Amino acid sequence: MSMLDEASVADVTAGTPEVIKSKKPVSRFRLISSRLRSTPRFWVGFIGLAVISLWAIFGLAPNAWNYTDLDVRNMGASPSGLHWFGTSDIGEDIYAQTIVGLRKSLIIGLIVGPLAAIIAGIIGAVAGYIGGWWDRAIVWVIDLLLVLPSLFIFILLSQVLKSKSWVALIFLLSGFGWMIMARVIRAQTKSLRERDFIKAARFMGVDTWTIIRRHVLPNVSSLLIIDATLGIGGAILSETTLSFFGFGIQAPDVSLGTLLSAGQGAAATRPWLFIFPAAILVFTVLSASLVGDALRDAVDPTSGVNRD
Amino acid sequence: MTNTLINSAAAHRERTPAQHLLEVRDLTVTFPQPSGAVTAVRGVNYHVDKGEFLGIVGESGSGKSVSSLAVMGLLPSSAKVGGDILFEGKSLLNRSDKDMSKLRGDGISIIFQDPLSALTPVYTIGAQIAEALLLHDSKLSQLAANTRAVELLKVVGIPNPERRAQAFPHEFSGGMRQRAMIAIAIANNPRLIIADEPTTALDVTIQAQILEVLQKAKELTGAAVVLITHDLGVVAGNADRLAVMYAGRIVETGTVDEVFRAPSMPYTIGLLRSMPNLATAGHTRLVPLEGRPPLLSNLAPGCPFADRCPAVIDACRTTEPPLMQIGDDPLNASACIRVAEIASGELKRGEIYPVPEPVAPAERADVEPENVMAVTTLKRHFPLTKGAIFKHTVGIVRAVDGVSFEIKAGQTLGLVGESGCGKSTTIMEILELAKPQAGQVIINGRDVATLSAKERRALRQDIQVVFQDPMASLDPRLPVQDIVGEPLTVHGVSAKDRLKKVADVLELVGLDPSMASRYPHEFSGGQRQRIGIARALVTDPKIVVLDEPVSALDVSIQAGVINLLQDLQEKLGLSYLFVAHDLAVVRQIADNVAVMYLGRIVESGSAEQIFENPQHPYTRALLSAVPVPDPAIERSRTRIILDGDLPSPTENISGCNFRTRCPLYRLMDEAGQKRCATDDPEPRLVGSTLVACHHAENTDLMAPALT
Amino acid sequence: MIGFIAKRFINYAILSAIATLSAYVLASIILNPASRYLGRNPAPSTETINSILDGFGTNPNTPVIERLWAWIVNLVAHGSLGNTIHNTSVISEMTARAGTSLRLLILGTIIAAVIGVVLGVWGAVRQYKTSDQVISYASFTVLAMPSFVIGILLMITATTLNNVLGIQLINFTGEYTAGLEGGWWVHFWDRAAHLLLPTISLTLMGAAGYSRYQRSAMLDVLSADYIRTARSKGRTRGSALLRHGVRVALIPMSTYFAYSFATVLAGAAVTELVFSWHGMGEMLMQAIQQSDINAFTGAILFNAILILIAGTLADIVYAALDPRVRV
Repeated sequence: MSMLDEASVADVTAGTPEVIKSKKPVSRFRLISSRLRSTPRFWVGFIGLAVISLWAIFGLAPNAWNYTDLDVRNMGASPSGLHWFGTSDIGEDIYAQTIVGLRKSLIIGLIVGPLAAIIAGIIGAVAGYIGGWWDRAIVWVIDLLLVLPSLFIFILLSQVLKSKSWVALIFLLSGFGWMIMARVIRAQTKSLRERDFIKAARFMGVDTWTIIRRHVLPNVSSLLIIDATLGIGGAILSETTLSFFGFGIQAPDVSLGTLLSAGQGAAATRPWLFIFPAAILVFTVLSASLVGDALRDAVDPTSGVNRD
Repeated sequence: MTNTLINSAAAHRERTPAQHLLEVRDLTVTFPQPSGAVTAVRGVNYHVDKGEFLGIVGESGSGKSVSSLAVMGLLPSSAKVGGDILFEGKSLLNRSDKDMSKLRGDGISIIFQDPLSALTPVYTIGAQIAEALLLHDSKLSQLAANTRAVELLKVVGIPNPERRAQAFPHEFSGGMRQRAMIAIAIANNPRLIIADEPTTALDVTIQAQILEVLQKAKELTGAAVVLITHDLGVVAGNADRLAVMYAGRIVETGTVDEVFRAPSMPYTIGLLRSMPNLATAGHTRLVPLEGRPPLLSNLAPGCPFADRCPAVIDACRTTEPPLMQIGDDPLNASACIRVAEIASGELKRGEIYPVPEPVAPAERADVEPENVMAVTTLKRHFPLTKGAIFKHTVGIVRAVDGVSFEIKAGQTLGLVGESGCGKSTTIMEILELAKPQAGQVIINGRDVATLSAKERRALRQDIQVVFQDPMASLDPRLPVQDIVGEPLTVHGVSAKDRLKKVADVLELVGLDPSMASRYPHEFSGGQRQRIGIARALVTDPKIVVLDEPVSALDVSIQAGVINLLQDLQEKLGLSYLFVAHDLAVVRQIADNVAVMYLGRIVESGSAEQIFENPQHPYTRALLSAVPVPDPAIERSRTRIILDGDLPSPTENISGCNFRTRCPLYRLMDEAGQKRCATDDPEPRLVGSTLVACHHAENTDLMAPALT
Repeated sequence: MIGFIAKRFINYAILSAIATLSAYVLASIILNPASRYLGRNPAPSTETINSILDGFGTNPNTPVIERLWAWIVNLVAHGSLGNTIHNTSVISEMTARAGTSLRLLILGTIIAAVIGVVLGVWGAVRQYKTSDQVISYASFTVLAMPSFVIGILLMITATTLNNVLGIQLINFTGEYTAGLEGGWWVHFWDRAAHLLLPTISLTLMGAAGYSRYQRSAMLDVLSADYIRTARSKGRTRGSALLRHGVRVALIPMSTYFAYSFATVLAGAAVTELVFSWHGMGEMLMQAIQQSDINAFTGAILFNAILILIAGTLADIVYAALDPRVRV
């Protein structure tokens, strides 16, 4: 899979295209943010994420039920004024459960995405900059981890984690979420390594770690930010899939995945058990990936240049 | 509708006795941008007659390429095009893509700048030429098209065309790709060929070859040629007429002789004086053309050149002068309010630009003429491996193969050669300050092979480097003060002292120290290169290695940087190792010159000797390939055109490694040729330069050197 | 070219072998096959359990390295992958299930690749136009859904459709209707009908991913200089994009195909489970739940071989498309 390296990686450090000229040279940050602001996709995703986050924080306040409450008089009820999203077979309030599940899924996503990006950044930069046997060994490990569907490894490892808290799941997901990005960072670092400012630093006698810290990582930071954003959605998807099959979040904890798992049997007959958590899940992941995609377009100077 | 068209065409024909092949009338091109529209071309008028050779000269961003793409109808659809473009009397604007595609490649064809990205990587060269033929001749069979493609490759001088037609673009060298592009362009015998910077990415020797092919193509097809370039020298030797573009307009036009002899727009005058010129360099100081072109998004009223023009008067700032005819020649025009004064000699051309003062004797540093750098038989060979599964060495790349030179304190050694000759590898080997594969590098009297890690770091203070591309050599994420101060961090200088020193060197290179907290992208190309120079000077080095320090800059900016380097050398007593492919620049700055070919130095000596009286056939060919911005000289010169490309350094050429391309070798008798083929020439003193050639005494058999 | 492909094949083969062996080791460490017998009534003696486990070669008391060696020897010498805990041979279990999984995978991947490429090219050429926006948002939405959600949503739709029409138009549980009477023709149609929803599910996911990637690959190509050259020769924009653009933009797709295949496999496994198919996904899941080390390793080996084949195929396509890698 070393061919991945040859896939063109946008040169994020190439700076602003020639045509954009205004009175004052625009700083990179302002350029990116102005491009972001003019992307509708960014606003859709950003507002979506904001709404979801606010809802996850404050959504439980107006609701009469807590997620552990059992309403024995309304078991399996359809959505109503009393239970906004209906109730489950044993009278749990689906609205309250959805919010609690969403919180857990969001927390997992928000931690795993950035954590995996940090791992990817460090490993990719080290492999790309130092090169040689370190590079070969790291690429080999990455290839190995990519060859097997990580879902199967998750399921296997989750046998061990079942007894531990859901925090262990965060490390598991981060530990298998960095490989693809590490390859991209590695390729980017390899090209940075040949750039004159890094050569200059080397000829000045600056040591390797300082070069990686001072020159390499800041120059790939935009890629890492994008990856962290896209990783949020990816982590939530992995978590829900694991939990759906009973390998992820374990009772009494609730996540969107466990809710969907509980609701699937009744999906056809009492769709609210399934549809509401599913819709929230899709909405959350969609928002995160729209923001990530808009970021990528804004950072990549060649994107959106359709010369036709 | 049809009527009016015919009428206007008829009216036009009456006005001009002979119809122009191409006529561009008041062309404007505007690109809408989020930050406001950018008008890249602002009212351009020119015409090309049948069989004529027009040169369009301008710096980057002057609108020269955009206007030619407008002619081809290849601008992005977002571009708004105004005015009119007439080809053979018919308007090309507002035609459908399908309609235009019938004309493109048949009536008008274009040659683009970068021949690597301009050819589709997945199709063979032959197929891409045949495609151009088949598109315009539906009766042509595939077989006939292929045969014709091979013929065309032969015409543009590609050896072994039958086999090379089967090759893919990545298997061709830059020069060969450009030849293939020309073959595509002439495939259908077009009436007009537009060549957009066709030689910019190429070495001078290859540039000379390509220009020759272009001339040949013009003769074969009888087509008119529009050559777009930034290099006045290229135009001087090839074009009949020329147009100079600045900020989206033509500011001066005329016959080549007239414009070079008596330029009348201050921009043209400045451009000609700021260019290092092989014929005059070394004797006179360059005259910099300060400032940079205006941004086209919001132009102030008045002449766009006013801010850079030393002859500016108040009237220049109010209205933009139109192109005004000079004298009686209707072809000769200039867009300057003071054109009459300049043309009449009232305002002397030589006095418009102030010649910069040399460094005062009091400020000059005293230096002992001791050796600060000595390199002896330096070698750097790379193994060439092959095999997908089991790698094995199949050859050796002799990137640097026994290079020796020395540099005295306060002097400049110019290291010149084509790309791929090993000059970059040489300086990288020196800068590593590590034990070389073979040979010896002595810096400040210390053999670098014997240094400890600590001593090596200490020695790095004394030798610093300036890179070619000022954009790539400055970390875009750091403010200027951190970039310039970085070398000091290695040597344990406190943050406070660092800032003080940074302010000092910024001042020294002519930058305002108060800008130290800004980021590189806020500076222009010339300023960025000054930042790069400041960084090299911050440790008070003795030696500065300059790796093509001006070749990425626009011509008008180059002069300022070259002058700065010269002044700094005199003030600080620096020694330079100046690596460049541009011989005119080297002539301007170097005391001594070493010419490299395939990892070896073929000739070395004082700049004076090398440029006035070169002894090695390669040096002579290299010098003769450099275009001189003077049509009179260009016309009287005989060019020595080298055959083919620089051989790959993996090739094992017995004896003298230049003999495969050597024009002198071919003139030698059998015994002489045998000697070249068997004996490797050692450098020996011929005249007053060290020459590695058995027959240096006979060099005059070839065309004479530049006079 | 042969050298290139041979090198890639060997690389994949080694990777697959190591992946399988590590899976065996990992499973041996994590899973406890003895637990299955401990809960039985009457509880079997330790000796009995040990002898049963020794028979499977999964006794935790034997060092992992020894068990691994025995497993390899068994594979090389007898071509056997050992027995499942139900005392059937892993290979026979796999052959029974492989067809089911392959049917879904091959069909789904091919359709997804074709649709993805077409949509991606279309989206890039019509960048920011309505059709591009629709395709983009649709693919983002599909990519935001876990595969099981897509499966279940499809089932809900099918049920609703069946209810509205009042006939069993779309069957979706299992691979075929049990106890169906009729000739091969009837069986063929039955299976095809059961294949419909899982294939749609897998295709949707694949096509969404491929179309995003193809779109960005195509956008890179749109601004390439050689498109301009092709137009300058006399091609119209559309023809230049098709003849020169798409051809080049397919090259990175072959790479993407190779490394996205692991995701496709996981998606296929989940889809099988959702639609209650008795395929390799179910085998793998059950193996973990029942602590069946041999069956688990067998299932992983199956996946590793598929990745080996897919990766090599992708490399062959890559080399065929791009003359620059042909040596």
